[in-house]
Amino acid sequence: MEDASTTHEASHHYPGINPETSTGIDHRKMLMWAFLGSDCLFFGSLVATYLVYYGRSKQGPTPHEIFNIPFTSVSTFVLLMSSLAIVLALANLQRGSRRGLAWLGVTVFLGTWFVAGQGYEFSSFVSEGLTIPGSLFGSTFYVLTGFHGAHVTIGLLWLMGLIGKGLKTGATPEFAYNVEYMSLYWHFVDVVWIVIFTVVYLIGAAP
Amino acid sequence: MRRVVRRVVRNEGMIQQPDGGSHVQPDAGTYVRIGVVLSTVTMIEVAAFYMPFLRLVLVPLLLGLAAIKFSLVAMYYMHLKFDPRLLAALFAGGLLVAGSLTIALVALFRNL
Repeated sequence: MEDASTTHEASHHYPGINPETSTGIDHRKMLMWAFLGSDCLFFGSLVATYLVYYGRSKQGPTPHEIFNIPFTSVSTFVLLMSSLAIVLALANLQRGSRRGLAWLGVTVFLGTWFVAGQGYEFSSFVSEGLTIPGSLFGSTFYVLTGFHGAHVTIGLLWLMGLIGKGLKTGATPEFAYNVEYMSLYWHFVDVVWIVIFTVVYLIGAAP
Repeated sequence: MRRVVRRVVRNEGMIQQPDGGSHVQPDAGTYVRIGVVLSTVTMIEVAAFYMPFLRLVLVPLLLGLAAIKFSLVAMYYMHLKFDPRLLAALFAGGLLVAGSLTIALVALFRNL
């Protein structure tokens, strides 16, 4: 691992790239944070709906019967490590190191692992009788975790597009800045999963 | 736990930016240490789930551990600790409304 005390650009201002703004913060970064703040409401409403209907299904399977906590714990670990990978990618790219592109590749690998795991989990749940129209638990669970999975999938497509661009341009400050926006989105998806894993899986299936 | 987290992410990994700005950003070593803390906390969560004697305190314990993980990612990986407070306010505003909405709906429809 390289010594990170070498020079790299400030996190929110790249002289010569971003226009001056009244707040001193690049508009694109401000927009990303505003979007993430609004996305909190989106996931908050889905979590609230899950909790309101929790335990009110008239037919099974129930969370206690169906959740595979060890499997989901590994998926959670994988997503947490993808956050570490993208932040290491950003640290490298901000120093102008092309090694950041490799870390972005690691992030894609881990994100794909997570989505594949979710797909496997959904298919096994469906085979055990948990479907969207089948019960309140099925409806609220699939909508909440499915929208999270959709966010991860969008992030993966975005990441792959960025890697393709980075392979052409190299580790320029402009590219590092684009990765910084993207990494905010990716970390947000990670923190949402931290909440879902705790509230839906661990507390939902607690004995 | 808070003392351990503080020790792991203490300022030795922070670097001053070269643009003359006053903000700092963690270095790669700090990111890795935080990754280790996040993994450890996740293992504690899963272990607690399987411990019958923790049943009475399980929900607050799990929520507390999740809050630690959430804060570490938001503050260090998303750089909210080092970026302008306006960005933190944008995020915290949405988070606050979402949290209030969740509590209000659960209280309303589950007769808490």
